[in-house]
Amino acid sequence: MKVLMTGNEAMAEAAIRAGCRCYFCYPITPQGEFVQYMARHLPRHGGVFLQAESEVAAINMVYGAAAAGVRTATSSSSPGISLKMEGISYLAGARLPAVIVNVMRAGPGLGNIAPAQGDYFQATKGGGHGDYRLLVLAPSTVQEAAELVMLAFELSDRYRVPAMILADGMLGQMMEPVALPAPIPKERIPPKPWALTGAKGRAPNVVSSFDLDPYRFRERLRSLWQTYREMERNEVRWEEYATEDAEIVLVAYGTMGRICRTVVRRARREGIRAGLFRPISLWPFPYEPLRKLAERVPVLLTVELSAGQMWEDVRLAVEGRARTPFYGELGGVVPTPDEILSEVRRYVRG
Amino acid sequence: MSVVEVRVPVGYAPVYRRPKALSEKRFTYCPGCHHGIITRLVAEAIDELGIVERTVGVAPVGCAVFLYEFFRCDFAQAAHGRACAVATAIKRANPDLIVFTYQGDGDLAAIGTAETVHAANRGENITVIFVNNQIYGMTGGEMAPTTLPGMRTVTTPEGRDVRTSGYPLRVSEMLAQLDGPAYITRQAVFDVRHGQMARKAIIKAFRNQVEGKGFSLVEIVASCPTNLRISPEEGNRWVAEQALKYFPLGDLKVRD
Repeated sequence: MKVLMTGNEAMAEAAIRAGCRCYFCYPITPQGEFVQYMARHLPRHGGVFLQAESEVAAINMVYGAAAAGVRTATSSSSPGISLKMEGISYLAGARLPAVIVNVMRAGPGLGNIAPAQGDYFQATKGGGHGDYRLLVLAPSTVQEAAELVMLAFELSDRYRVPAMILADGMLGQMMEPVALPAPIPKERIPPKPWALTGAKGRAPNVVSSFDLDPYRFRERLRSLWQTYREMERNEVRWEEYATEDAEIVLVAYGTMGRICRTVVRRARREGIRAGLFRPISLWPFPYEPLRKLAERVPVLLTVELSAGQMWEDVRLAVEGRARTPFYGELGGVVPTPDEILSEVRRYVRG
Repeated sequence: MSVVEVRVPVGYAPVYRRPKALSEKRFTYCPGCHHGIITRLVAEAIDELGIVERTVGVAPVGCAVFLYEFFRCDFAQAAHGRACAVATAIKRANPDLIVFTYQGDGDLAAIGTAETVHAANRGENITVIFVNNQIYGMTGGEMAPTTLPGMRTVTTPEGRDVRTSGYPLRVSEMLAQLDGPAYITRQAVFDVRHGQMARKAIIKAFRNQVEGKGFSLVEIVASCPTNLRISPEEGNRWVAEQALKYFPLGDLKVRD
């Protein structure tokens, strides 16, 4: 059965179905429906909904709930995510699973509340301090948003790393029919023997990101980076659409990914053999599949709602094997399929 | 780490033991620092109530950063100032646990002011131990929000000038104005009598949580002889004669 929901609501419902039982938030547009949905529904499932005094407090509450062994999440939008970055670094350092949803808006600064993809660097290259990564998943439909939220909880628990859903204002606000994934039964959530549950009949557990001894801390980070390498092997996700015979492939994620799918269809109608490569995991980034594509496709046009952030990863993947032009919009402006199509024409008939 | 065995001579009975809630790890505090006394009193309170197996501590950033090594209970290490937010969530996630934070004045009253005030205002059923030694100890003796007027620190080399650095923040008085907290008290440990009163207050703050009474905070006016460049004994006198003028002792709020 499908229900009509906004992306924000679908992600919130998916979090509940994934077993999220502690959710901490601070209001911000354009993810307000997420907060409001959780306020209405999470307590009915026996969960904790808490509106914190700030994004800083909210992410540190996520740290506490994760340390207690509960599936936990927070959601926010760009400026709020900046405030959470300290806590996200601590989550990564303490090996705590948690899900952070960023419904991106235009920045820097207060910017505006229109959809943008300017937080790609922040999500995939750090954002907080220190040597860490986040699992970053970028949905392009409401259906996929719900599914990736479920996946984020699962992988976050499996690898003991925080996971981020990188959505944007367009996806958060739009309504689409969605077939909600089945709830995860409690017994399918893996046990967490490291969690702070009271040291009864066992040695005390400590959740910490702190170690003054550089040699011991190095070992801890090596183990963390082994996990990241494992994720790079196992958790790369992407979608290819009409790339088999393509003379030009658009590389785009999230909202831009779905708009570019329309562009590909229109281009094909006028005889341009266009295709789409849509990264779903932004970290780990699909470098290898993109490199393979670059060996047979002469032009890979990156399209983003930014000045070119994922573009850097595309160029790292391609390493000069193909032309890698860029088309982006700034400030919350979303390009129309026609505008992107004009750009496509430049490279195949230029 | 060395463990010293004390042999009890024939005819004598031991009257002073390491609390069961403490590990064998030696404290990392400086000689004469009141943290050592306060940490022990917290362990005694946990023993007294028999709750070590369901207690979770939240360690601060500051001189007590290694707190999780000193106790035999589960511990979370919080970011600077965020202990009350972390404790809030641990308690909400698992209300059967007894959750306490242990924070200094820089942690609780400067960078963590918002987290402290709002946890208190929500009446979170947690216990907060607040060590007010009027200085940033670990980072090298900088001015704290609680530094006394005229007091010399490395960032107020001419003494704290209230015209440019403001006045000592009386956090307990602020929190006592709120409807949320159940128990706010200010204590000291500079002599045995006060130490015993502080002990009782800490036990009460934990018992309140066991009984579900809500947010309880014990502020302890303490001495940091290392950064004050004085002897431990002078440190005790400093608290009694200087600090208590600005931070008078006693219960500020008791909701029964």
